[in-house]
Amino acid sequence: MSMPLEELNYIGLSEIPAMENSEKLASKGLNLKATELRLGLPGSESPERDNGLGVLKGFTSGAKRGFSDTINGDSGKWVFTGNGGSEVDLGKNGALFSPRSVNGSGSECTSLKEVVPLSPKAVHEKKPQISAVNGHGVAPAAKAQVVGWPPIRSFRKNSMAVNPPKSDEDAKLGSGCLYVKVSMDGAPYLRKVDLKTYSSYMELSSALEKMFSCFTIGQCGAHGVPLRDGMSESRLMDLLHGSEYVLTYEDKDDDWMLVGDVPWEMFTVSCKRMRIMKSSDAIGL
Amino acid sequence: MVPDPKRCNSCKDSASSRDSPEWTRPSAFPDEVLDRVLSLMESHKDRSSVSLVCKDWYNAERWSRSHVFIGNCYSVSPEIVARRFPNIRSVTLKGKPRFSDFNLVPQNWGADICAWLAVFAAAYPFLEELRLKRMAVSDESLEFIATSFPCFKSLSLLSCDGFSTDGLKSIASHCKNLTELDLQENVMDDLGGGWLSCFSENFVTLEVLNFASLNTDVSFDALEALVTRCKSLRVLKVNKNITLEQLQRLLVRAPQLVELGTGSFQQDLMPRVYAELESAFNNCKNLHTLSGLWEANFLYLPVLYVASASLTFLNLSYACLTSSELANLVAHCPSLRRLWFAVIIVSKTEVLDTVEDKGLEAVGSSCPLLEELRVFPADPFDQDIVHGVTESGFVAVSRGCRRLHYVLYFCRQMSNAAVATIVQNCPDFTHFRLCIMNPGQPDYLTNEPMDEAFGAVVKTCTKLQRLAVSGLLTDLTFEYIGKYAKNLETLSVAFAGSSDLGMQCVLGGCTKLRKLEIRDCPFGNAALLSGLEKYESMRSLWMSACNVTMNGCRLLAKEMPRLNVEVMKDDESDDSQADKTGSGHQYKIPVMTELTCTQILKIASLETARK
Repeated sequence: MSMPLEELNYIGLSEIPAMENSEKLASKGLNLKATELRLGLPGSESPERDNGLGVLKGFTSGAKRGFSDTINGDSGKWVFTGNGGSEVDLGKNGALFSPRSVNGSGSECTSLKEVVPLSPKAVHEKKPQISAVNGHGVAPAAKAQVVGWPPIRSFRKNSMAVNPPKSDEDAKLGSGCLYVKVSMDGAPYLRKVDLKTYSSYMELSSALEKMFSCFTIGQCGAHGVPLRDGMSESRLMDLLHGSEYVLTYEDKDDDWMLVGDVPWEMFTVSCKRMRIMKSSDAIGL
Repeated sequence: MVPDPKRCNSCKDSASSRDSPEWTRPSAFPDEVLDRVLSLMESHKDRSSVSLVCKDWYNAERWSRSHVFIGNCYSVSPEIVARRFPNIRSVTLKGKPRFSDFNLVPQNWGADICAWLAVFAAAYPFLEELRLKRMAVSDESLEFIATSFPCFKSLSLLSCDGFSTDGLKSIASHCKNLTELDLQENVMDDLGGGWLSCFSENFVTLEVLNFASLNTDVSFDALEALVTRCKSLRVLKVNKNITLEQLQRLLVRAPQLVELGTGSFQQDLMPRVYAELESAFNNCKNLHTLSGLWEANFLYLPVLYVASASLTFLNLSYACLTSSELANLVAHCPSLRRLWFAVIIVSKTEVLDTVEDKGLEAVGSSCPLLEELRVFPADPFDQDIVHGVTESGFVAVSRGCRRLHYVLYFCRQMSNAAVATIVQNCPDFTHFRLCIMNPGQPDYLTNEPMDEAFGAVVKTCTKLQRLAVSGLLTDLTFEYIGKYAKNLETLSVAFAGSSDLGMQCVLGGCTKLRKLEIRDCPFGNAALLSGLEKYESMRSLWMSACNVTMNGCRLLAKEMPRLNVEVMKDDESDDSQADKTGSGHQYKIPVMTELTCTQILKIASLETARK
């Protein structure tokens, strides 16, 4: 009944099917770095991969991050707390263990290089104490979002996200905010704006332009139009005022409406969230 | 274990014992007595101890056991379970590591129930109950359960995944004796389809129905009819699609309810309907537990006041009340033992936010019998919103609720002094789970690490069984834990520690440790390997984003061949949900033994930052 107690090669070559990668490893004994256990804290750089994916690709996979703050200057390295140039950057000097031979023996363990122990202070010397008077529309000194943190069950997280922001002013004494999510087609993450801080569609529109201007750099780049920084904002306005994007919102009846039809007050009360939609998608509005 | 005839009165297999001069007394422990005593033993831990006394007791125990608890589905094979325990009626199975709740475990990792079901169908045709947590359950499996066990009564699925409402249809259609259907926080496909209508019109045995986590509608007529004819129904938790008016009609049919989960608590009610709702609640004399209350409109909360005096468990975690609404509500709940709620942010303009703490202050003053408190953050992933409860709310509760022994507390700021005060007020903590939401955040008053906070916890709370630490922590925290937390069974650590010493202290000092989960800490191979002797007495170890290397794991697997050591390696693809069967490096090396359980250590090398 019990399985034979053989000491399996840890790569598990013998029994387990579909392990072409591992076989490649064993036969070539190469590219052990590709199977290295990764180090420590998030934000550390990964070793080069076979498929030639650039370092940045992994980072833009939908995680919410404060965009510009977390890119460390020109090196393109992502750092955890988003402090420019923080010494958290483990990168290549953080790696990790001595080069192994395929038949690594136990004695190698003791010679395995321990990671430079990160003094936590180094990581967090600029504790992101976010002051509330941040000004709307500006990304706070960015906290990179970490997978699985805070440790809240997906189910609970999703259930709470679905709850529409309470906009019933009567229920709240002195409540002064009305946060709604704003998404933009093609942008890797969403933003939130407080509708109470604007008094007209114009103000809202220009705030959104500022917020989302960074994403259109990519858009334009994709079309092969080179951009210099100074051009981004006006380019966005061209995009918004031109026909490339449309601003829409979801109202209390779960319908998607074009922004601007109803009086401002009515809009703030009925708007649950907004979406900057590509014109090509905005058929029927 | 070789029985000693001089010591063990019930061993009859060595006849010479009776002739032995030391054997002066007649047997004082006939089988009947032993069986009777064993039949009164429910706790699986006690039963495990009994089974270790001698061979006869082992046999008596295994024949009399009707419920088996398997905390880690990879620790033992279903065949071994079936061989050891021939008379099982009820099984509890837990699968994936807890961190799978937070997306740290790859898809298709395992923990599939179907292999177990195949064995159970043969060995336990009279199986009545299955309680599954973090298992992969398909619709086919649900259909298999429904059709293979004619006596099946009770199905509980918590944090499971892989099934849809079609599977529920099978259960409803075939399980004629069903007493319990309890679905909580599963990742399932909600296809609607009227599964609830599949209960036959003759079906009357239901006692527990919880479908609060489903998103689509059920037929209200079918539900009302079901509730009407199931006179023994004591737990009913509906989903948010059930309106207040519908709820009133259900309550009228089932005033005997002990636990109620409401649907949406927001509707424009005519005064007459409001009065009827209040009257319905008034008639529920046995109501102890209340949950649901989605989108609770503060105007309607008062209908609950008539029933709230007897409430012992109030789960407001989906209700999103403001602090003042919470304060008003708990003022009517003097008998409350357990309270769960989510903090909603009211104002963004206050820097030092104490608004949310006011709700907790009210709890402290209104609920002196409180034993358990869980405070969840509403919208925790919104980076713009920084406010939530602080340490003062927690301190306020500890002052008023001296019996507090279970706390789960998400907050934005904490201080060592506050925690010390809290545990001084409430020294009986058995479960202390503190999550300071910014990783590695120090004491906000002194800027020092939070070591002394958790030091105070372990020194003062001698009964501590479960601890989750957070904030800026050095190895000192773990030295404290290893030195003082002698009853600790579960420890969760994230973004903490300075060196291997931390983990070594825990492994060396916490004699009762069963579950250790670690992420993003600088613990490496030396730490991992220091626990070699410890792991066999533990249920599981999880390490991810630490400094452990493949060689360390390899050595561990080699030194401890009875352990199931698994390394998970993630692909570098954007789509972390992609099927990894081709290129994933998942190595499961199951090695089973008879009487002891093997444990699983999961050393995940997931690059968490990349997602």
